[in-house]
Parts: sequence; structure tokens; C-alpha cells
Amino acid sequence: MQRIGVFVCHCGSNIAATVDVKKVVELVRMEPGVVWAEDYPYMCSEAGQSRIAEAIRTQKLTGVVVCSCSPRMHEATFRKCAERSGLNPYMVEIANIREHCSWIHKNTEEATEKAVILARAAIAKVNLNTPLQAGESRVTKRALVIGGGIAGIQTALDIADAGYEVDIVEKTPSIGGRMSQLDKTFPTLDCSACILTPKMVEASANEKITLYTYSEVEKVSGFVGDFTVDIRKKARSVDMSKCTGCGVCQEKCPSRKTPNEFNRGLNTRSAIYTPFAQAIPNVPVIDREHCIKFQTGKCGVCAKVCQAGAIDYEQKDEIITRKYGAIVVATGFDMIKLDKYGEYAYEQSPDVITSLELERIMNAAGPTKGHLERMSDHRPPKNIVFIQCVGSRCADERGKSYCSKICCMYTAKHAMLIRDKYPDVNVTVFYIDVRTPGKNFDEFYRRAVEEYHVNYIKGQVGKVTPQPDGTLLVHGVDLLDNHQVKIEADMVVLAAAIEPNPDVRKIATMLTASIDTNNFLTEAHPKLRPVESPTAGIFLSGVCQGPKDIPETVSQAGAAAVKVIGLLAKDKLLTNPCTAKADVLACNGCSACANVCPYGAISYEDQEVRAPGVREIRRVAVVNSALCQGCGACTVACPSGAMDLQGFSNRQMIAEVDAICR
Amino acid sequence: MQELRKRAGELLADGTVARVLAWRAGDLPYNPEPAFFETEAELEHLVYDGFCGANLSKLMIEASKLEGKTLVCLKPCDTYSFNQLVKEHRVDREKAYIIGVGCRGKLDIEKIRRQGIRGIEAVEGAELDGPEELTIRTFSGEKKCAYRDAMLERCHVCKGKEHMAYDELLGESRDTKDAERFAEVEAIERMPAKERFAYFQKELSKCIRCNACRNACPACSCRKCVFDSTKFDSEQKANVDSFEEKMFHIIRAFHVAGRCTDCGECSRVCPQGIPLHLFNRKFIKDINTFYGEYQAGTGSDEKAPLTNYTLEDAEPSVVRERG
Repeated sequence: MQRIGVFVCHCGSNIAATVDVKKVVELVRMEPGVVWAEDYPYMCSEAGQSRIAEAIRTQKLTGVVVCSCSPRMHEATFRKCAERSGLNPYMVEIANIREHCSWIHKNTEEATEKAVILARAAIAKVNLNTPLQAGESRVTKRALVIGGGIAGIQTALDIADAGYEVDIVEKTPSIGGRMSQLDKTFPTLDCSACILTPKMVEASANEKITLYTYSEVEKVSGFVGDFTVDIRKKARSVDMSKCTGCGVCQEKCPSRKTPNEFNRGLNTRSAIYTPFAQAIPNVPVIDREHCIKFQTGKCGVCAKVCQAGAIDYEQKDEIITRKYGAIVVATGFDMIKLDKYGEYAYEQSPDVITSLELERIMNAAGPTKGHLERMSDHRPPKNIVFIQCVGSRCADERGKSYCSKICCMYTAKHAMLIRDKYPDVNVTVFYIDVRTPGKNFDEFYRRAVEEYHVNYIKGQVGKVTPQPDGTLLVHGVDLLDNHQVKIEADMVVLAAAIEPNPDVRKIATMLTASIDTNNFLTEAHPKLRPVESPTAGIFLSGVCQGPKDIPETVSQAGAAAVKVIGLLAKDKLLTNPCTAKADVLACNGCSACANVCPYGAISYEDQEVRAPGVREIRRVAVVNSALCQGCGACTVACPSGAMDLQGFSNRQMIAEVDAICR
Repeated sequence: MQELRKRAGELLADGTVARVLAWRAGDLPYNPEPAFFETEAELEHLVYDGFCGANLSKLMIEASKLEGKTLVCLKPCDTYSFNQLVKEHRVDREKAYIIGVGCRGKLDIEKIRRQGIRGIEAVEGAELDGPEELTIRTFSGEKKCAYRDAMLERCHVCKGKEHMAYDELLGESRDTKDAERFAEVEAIERMPAKERFAYFQKELSKCIRCNACRNACPACSCRKCVFDSTKFDSEQKANVDSFEEKMFHIIRAFHVAGRCTDCGECSRVCPQGIPLHLFNRKFIKDINTFYGEYQAGTGSDEKAPLTNYTLEDAEPSVVRERG
């Protein structure tokens, strides 16, 4: 029989105001195994902890139940306290009588009854607890960053700066990401490429950083400190060691009809291409789908003109397998598809564009060489209408419920830049609210209104109708004046919502990192652990975690790097002993557990099984406790109950349920 | 039957198999029982007729551990169970030589009795190539009954006459399906909750915990059943009071969910006539609805929807959205 001590915390008035803690103490004393019970205003305080330590020693306790806040808050505190007093830390259980009880109840009688029931369940569990020992695992001192945008680059630079090796995996042929597509950045209006390219060069030159461009993560196994990752290096068809980046192949390539992704499809590119002039690495790739040589077998112009002999049509995808201690997800964002927003005529008129397309049009390296012109007839526009919140803060299922955060500021930027360069162009902005929290942000917006006389109208646009003369009739409403507005525009710019890169779903599943309903990766704690995923060893950087602008992304990238460095600096990690274990006598060898295990932690081996009346070789399940994360899926799948989770055994669970239902 | 005896004898004689797993006559004319035969002489007791409903695949678990191959006679529906057991590594395919025996539907003596035919001494015409009508000799003279009217419920919703696994085939099979597989389940689903509860209350209260269903069920193949284990404080809980007696069947249905091939043995062997197959069939229907059509045991290596983790699995939040 265990000797259990129960410690009931008041948490100031957080618990004591709703739960009669004295009564809880009195009632739990009668529970089986309980030899000690007391209450204290703050159990987590040093004085509170010393009372627990004292009771463990004087009462010779073998188990402890603390009735307090969520185990997420203080389970570790109390377990360490028990360990210091000579008790195995896994003999401590928390009954959450704050979040699960006092905070959600008003009636003291009911809350007290529930607190006693929750304590009873924890006591029933401790009665069946057994001491567990944490194991140790090693740490591979290398980090992987998935995504080579500004978030990924900054994280990698910061990790490399601390002296650790970092690999960046980037899906496209060059690092740089969305930021490389931007023309100017708010609120300082400096050129995006001018501040980004030095970082790209730094990443490429840093000997601690390895770039895998035109590559994708294919498979992830392992666990914190010891991940094994397969990276698919897609065939570039160009030998990176030979190519000099002269660009002749791109000039001579006869296939020129492929929509240019970098310019958001506003113009076309050759089949062999580098996405943009400052691309890193400055080595083109052959887009095999659009290459005449690959499609028909007849061409080979690039190979003929390449002085360096770098073109290699035979090149194959390569799989690189590497070990990493930590993985950072920096997969960024894309704009939502606008196919559900027929009212804005985006698909009908080439003069209705998204903000990112405008960004390319304004850029000197863009499809119009930086001249503001309509894509339909290349005439300069006279009236431009910006529509904010297209798909953001959307009440229906067409768009996103969240605010994309960056649109108010970049729209003010666009409006200001246009008014500055083309003072005779009228600029109107339809908005729901203008949101400008941030250093120098509101000043920036005020400048657009006051100095540049951008016409801001509070209200949404109902419809954009292309007119026979090529103009666009914008039907909106001015909510402040409360009247309908019709504006004859010749260009409409939509501030489309941003969403996480669709690939993140696959990556999150591979990493067993959780994502929310909007496909944003979830943090371990929204306030206190914002750059860590709940999955140990996985960190978050940039917009994959939530909408943010460049300065915020860079700050988060640095924060993620610090967390990675903190992990890689350790030589060994303690492993969670609450892992699954198979009872070989009851195991059927049916493979149900191995089939449901998301971590590949279960394998089968033939073992000699000996028991009274049994002596045979059986196929039985074996759990690799280093890989097991203790999720418990196998214990549910096992038909014979042979698979059990240490620290959360079937018997303990049933004892808790029985105690609650008593 | 003669052909089967002859072929089994040949395979025993040439050493292909070390024993034969089939049926032999029981103590009554309509209850043949599973049996192993090790010599050609013993084979004269082998029978195969309409009353050989017993699914022999589960017996292959023990037979797999023996020296040499075992010839096993499997009806089309039994082969699903066989495949499922191979998939779960409970039966070694290499240790089995399967003769896929023909089937024209199996008989339920209770269905004959329910037609008012009592005092049965013998049933004629139950052979595989027998007539469409059974002749039943009773104390009060000869009675007739259409073969189809005496068939087990499971044969009216037959999965098909194809064998899913075999080494050789012997005898013709016939299509016997003439009812909707999920009609009974749908009827119960339509009941108001109270009525449905009362229905199961009534049916399950007949249970005497004889464990026949568990013993016959090929999916209930655990080395140690959770109800016999001391690990969960659940041993023999099931016969303590009426609540837990019902829980036995519900827990059993959960344990075989996704693995049950709907062979119908549970209902066939229940001495109390409880329609136990309805629980399993409800699960099968739900699996089909939520995860797409799935028939356990069609093959021995396909992945089962309930016990298969893939990278494409939806996040719980997404499942919630779908409802």
C-alpha cells in the first residue's frame, strides 16, 4: 500500500474563493492510501514546496498528490521538489482543481465536491504508480531550416553565428522567398532587394550553412536531438559545380512561354531559368515540363551554347539523408486564391490585380520594368482603387477569419509611392479599419492621407464591373457618409489575404507538429513559448506560425535560433519515461500497434516466451523507447491490452474513472 | 463429399499435408463439428453438407504451430477470416493448404424448427449437389422445407461465391444473396433511442456468458482475452451484474471493429439466439460511411482503416470540421 500525501493549494483566492479547501483536506484523508493531507496558500512557493519536502521525509510518503493548477504549469516544479526529497518524481500527480474546477464554477458546494472527486481520481492513480526512470538521448549538433525566405535565412545565420552547422532546404531554385518579390518595404520605403540580398549572400558564403535549393523534405523520423531527414534534391539538369551563371542558356532558350512564377505570371520566362537576377545560387534549373528537349527530345540549344558544359540532361533526383538535432519550420505564406471572389472581377479583367502583382509591376526588374501600367493595354492608369481585406476578417467560409496584418501598411505604401511618382493619378482605398500598430506605422499612414492626399473611404466594395471601354466600375459604399459610391477606375488592386504555404500541411504531418484550422503551425504556448511547436525539437519561424511583417519575422527568426542553440548546446537530453511497453505474454503479434504508431517506434521480433505452460517462439511487439512519444495510440489499438503506457497504464486510467464514478 | 475425401486422402498420402482440418458427424444429424484427420482411414468420418457452417479458419492458429502443412477446407466466406488472420500474423499461410470448398448456403436448424417441424431424426438433401427442397424425417413422419427457407441469416446477405484465398477449388458455389446486408442495422438505427435501448436490453439480457461467441469468433483470437486478464481489474467482471454483462458484448464489438469480416459465427453459435452480428455490422457500416468501402479479409496485406496511420491522416481539427 502506498503512503500518500495530499497537498491542497489555495492559489491565493484563485482556488480558495470557490473551493472549500479545508473540506477537501478533511475528505481526502479518508481515501485509501492517504496518510497526510494539508492545505497552504501557495504550494508552488518555496515555503509550500518545503512543506511537501518535510512531509515526504517525516511521513515517509511513497506518493504525492498536489491539488493545484494545471500540470502544464507546475507539474515539473512539484516533481523536482519530490526528487530533491528522495522520492521518485513520477510518484507525484497533479489534480487540476483550478482550471478544471475553481475557475469554471461559481457555486462553492459544487466546486468543492468536484475538487474532491478530482483529488480522488489522482489518489487512485498514485496508488498504482510505479517509480520510473528517465533515460538519456544524444544531441546531433546540426540544425535543419525548412524554407529559405527571410525567416529561414535569418534563423540559419543566427544559428551558424553560434558555431553550429545549419542546412536550409528551399523548394524553389533560389533562396530569398517572398521578400525578394517585394519592391519597397514599409515604413522606411527602402528597397527590399537591397536589404535582403546581403543576407542571402551572407547565408551562401557562411561555411556553417549548407543550402539545398530546388529541394524538398521527403521524410522525417526520429525525435528531438536525433532526427533523421531525407531531402530530395530535385534534378536541376545543370551541374552546379560547372555553371558560371553567365545566363547565355536563358537568352537562347527557344521555349519562352512558361508563366513566370516570380512575376506572379504577369509575363513569361524561358524553360531554363533563374527566378531573378540576384538569385542564390546563381545557377539556372531546367523546368522539364516546359523544356522542348525533355518533351520532344529535339532541341538541346542550352547544352550547345553553354561554354562550361554544365548542362546535364541525364541528372536525376538525389536523396540526401542527414541527422539533425533540431528542425525549424519557416515555410512562409502565399496569397489566397481569389476564385471564390467573382465580384471583384479578378479573373475577368487583367487590370484587377493583387497587391503582390502590383509589387512586381512597380519593381524595376518586373514585367513592366517598373512603369506603372495597365496589364491589358499598357496605358498608364489615371484612377486606381485599392480594396482592403479581400478574404481577410471574412465572416463566411470563402475567406479567412483572421486579419492578415500586413495589408493596411503595404496598401498605404503602394498608395504613397504611386502618388509620389505619378502625382496626377487618383488613388482611392476602401477599408474596413486601418490597423497600424507598430513603430512609426501610424505616422506612415497619416502621411499617405495628409501629405499624399490618398482618398481613404471606410466601406467595402460590392462589385467591380469591367466596362466596354476597358475601365472598371467600382461599386462601393461610404459608411461614414452613408451613401453608395461609384468610381470609374482603370486599375483595381486587391489586398488578398495571406495564408500559410499549402505545403505546410504535409510538412507538419511529417514532423508531427500540430496545425490549426487555418493551417498555421501551433505554438507550444501562445504567450510563453511562441517559437516552439508542442512537438519537442521543432521550432517555428515567420508567417508559418501567424501573419507578421518583416521586422516581426526577423525577430521571431532570431528567437527560434536562440531556442535551437539552447538545445544544440546540450550534450544529452533526458527522455520521457512514459513510453509504451508490450507484455510479451499477452501480445498477439498482430501488428495493429505498429500500423497506428506515428513515430515508427514499434517493431516486431521473434522472442522465446516462457511462462507456466508456455514455452515457444512468438512474434511480439517491441517498443523503441527513444522513438516512442507516449501518445498512447498503440494502447488503444491493441485488442488484447498487451500494449500499455508506463505512467498512464490502462489500469491507472480505469482506477481514475472508477474513482470519479464512485 | 466423396470427392473431398478422395482428394484429402491423396494429399495425405503424397505427404503434401500432415493432417486435414474439416468436419465430422456430430451426435445429432444436423450438428457436424470441426475435426482434424491424420490418416486416410479416419477420413471416412469426414462430412461436408449444408450443416457444416463452422468457420475453420480460427483453428488454423493452433494448426500453424504444428509440424507440416494442414489441409483446411474453407467456404468462400471463411477465406475472409483466414486472410484476416494471416494479416494479423496469427496464421502462417505457408502452413496451410486450402481447399476452397463449394457452398450453396448453410443451414440453420432453428429455421426448420421455427416452421413447426419438430422431433427431427434426419435431414436429407443437405449435400452440396442436393435438391432445392430438404426432406426432414421426424417422429411424426416426413416433412418438406425449401433449402432457401432454412438458410442462415448470413447466407441471405452472402459476400459472394468467390474464395479470397485457396490452393485448389472443389465443388460449385451458388449465389445466395437475396437481402440487403445493412437492412437490419438501418431498421435499428431508425428506432427511437429508448426503443433501441430496450431492444438491446432485451436481447443481451438473454446472455449466459457461455463465451461461445468469443470462442467461435476468428477475430477474437487474442492469446489472452482482456476479460480473462488480471491486468485491468476487468476479469470476469462481465458476469457480475446485468450492466457489465451487456458491456461484454459491446466491448467485444469494439475489439473486433475493423477486423470483423462479418462471418456471422457469433450469431450462429449463440445458444440463446442473440443477434450478435448486428453490433459488428453496425461498425462495418460506419467504417464504410466514414472511411470508404472496406471489407476485412479481402486480402491479407491491405491496410485497415481503423489501424492505419498515414501522413495524409486528417488533423483532429479537420475531422471536427467535417462533423
